[in-house]
Amino acid sequence: MRLAKAAAAAAVILLLPLNIAARAQDASEKEIERYRAMISDPFSNPGFLAVDRGEILWGEKRGSKNVSLEGCDLGLGAGKLEGAFAQLPRFFADSGRVMDLEQRLLWCMQNVQGLDTKDVVARRFSGPGKASDMEDLVAFIANKSSGMKIDVQLKHPKEQEMAAVGEALFYRRGGVMDFSCATCHADEGKRIRLQGLPDFSKPGKQPQETMGTWPTYRVSQGALRTMQHRLWDCYRQQRWPVPEYGSDTITALTVFLQKQAMGGEIAVPSIKR
Amino acid sequence: MHTTSRFAAFVLTAGVIAGFPLTANAQATTTKVDPALVETYLQATFGKAPPEWQSRIKPDDTLATCNLYRNDVPSAEADKIVARELAKVVFPADGKWLGNWKEGQKIANNGRGGQFSDDDKTISGGNCYACHQMEKAEVSYGTLGPSLTSYGKDRKFDPAEAKNAFAKIYDSQAVVACSNMPRFGANKVLSEQQIKDIVAFLFDPESPVNK
Repeated sequence: MRLAKAAAAAAVILLLPLNIAARAQDASEKEIERYRAMISDPFSNPGFLAVDRGEILWGEKRGSKNVSLEGCDLGLGAGKLEGAFAQLPRFFADSGRVMDLEQRLLWCMQNVQGLDTKDVVARRFSGPGKASDMEDLVAFIANKSSGMKIDVQLKHPKEQEMAAVGEALFYRRGGVMDFSCATCHADEGKRIRLQGLPDFSKPGKQPQETMGTWPTYRVSQGALRTMQHRLWDCYRQQRWPVPEYGSDTITALTVFLQKQAMGGEIAVPSIKR
Repeated sequence: MHTTSRFAAFVLTAGVIAGFPLTANAQATTTKVDPALVETYLQATFGKAPPEWQSRIKPDDTLATCNLYRNDVPSAEADKIVARELAKVVFPADGKWLGNWKEGQKIANNGRGGQFSDDDKTISGGNCYACHQMEKAEVSYGTLGPSLTSYGKDRKFDPAEAKNAFAKIYDSQAVVACSNMPRFGANKVLSEQQIKDIVAFLFDPESPVNK
């Protein structure tokens, strides 16, 4: 783990001077692409360590019922993992709600395992010396849809409601800076500082490439990160209040973004800056 | 006021509102959503935040209009916004628009402040470089806003133009309705002195912006 991290960090440090010298977004983007390709294999991407830990957690008996999560239905039947992530978020009849993977896992922990999820929520995002069950489980489950296409469900009225609310939230301005998601992500070919910004206002390649590569191992944070973390961080940067973990605003935005990314190929866990 | 792309977006939005989604963008069409429903979602997600934080996402009259039209407001609404926001601009009592360009340079580079991860004592920056090119020597700049290189020089260091720049930074929507740029003074992100310093960064003949 330590070695892999150090190697990843060294590669990034090596890239930095290139970024500056290149003086062009294209050149540095190409280098980052090359670097991603180089490191995005199971033997050098630390995100795969999270996949392995997630597999152990998935099969571990826990909670008052002392059962594993293998009885959890992620939409395709209890314990069926292949392709489940590709169709999330979706409506679940047993809870009467549209849920993303993290909401669904919390529900299964509470209802299938009888587990008190307070500690799981407290460790929803990992930190130094603090592993996250959620990050590991998401990495494991999402990886089982790698190579498949994003196929978010939009048939149920509640799924359609989620997509529509997500779109409204995407354009909603607020915070002390008056920002919305659309401030940065509704135009093509824009960037913040040197960072290129994907355009999510139109369905197609940019949302597909972005959404198809989450969860991802973030080199700058030394951790595997989920979409819940990404949107939490977006709201932080927008100067909005802290979003409640596993709440419906985040899921609604995820449904909208997955809708824009429909048909994109899933390649996870990826590795990003 | 509208650039070509903004105009195209306006046409698209107008089409959707009128109920005639354009076929080329059929997948991008808007589904009408009950505003009360959106509020329910927001309450579930941000309801536990302290009231002063929740008030940040309660749109004022201007943002409510911008949200309704996704920034592409009809001209009558735009006029109302500009008049309303212009009334918020407090010009310096001493009649001076230019502070210290070296301080302004720091503020333009500072992206801190106002995030839930910042403590109360964090002094906010303007983070101008996130969106604008400024000094020619700086490679790391964003492109969400126009380039501001040679800003003062191109305006012949005209004091009236410096005053306009002060107003624009104080409240961007006093100049362009539903501008993507923050209303730095009106929203109390930056102080009057900080805004003066940024104006100096743009207008001082010694500033690297004008070199």
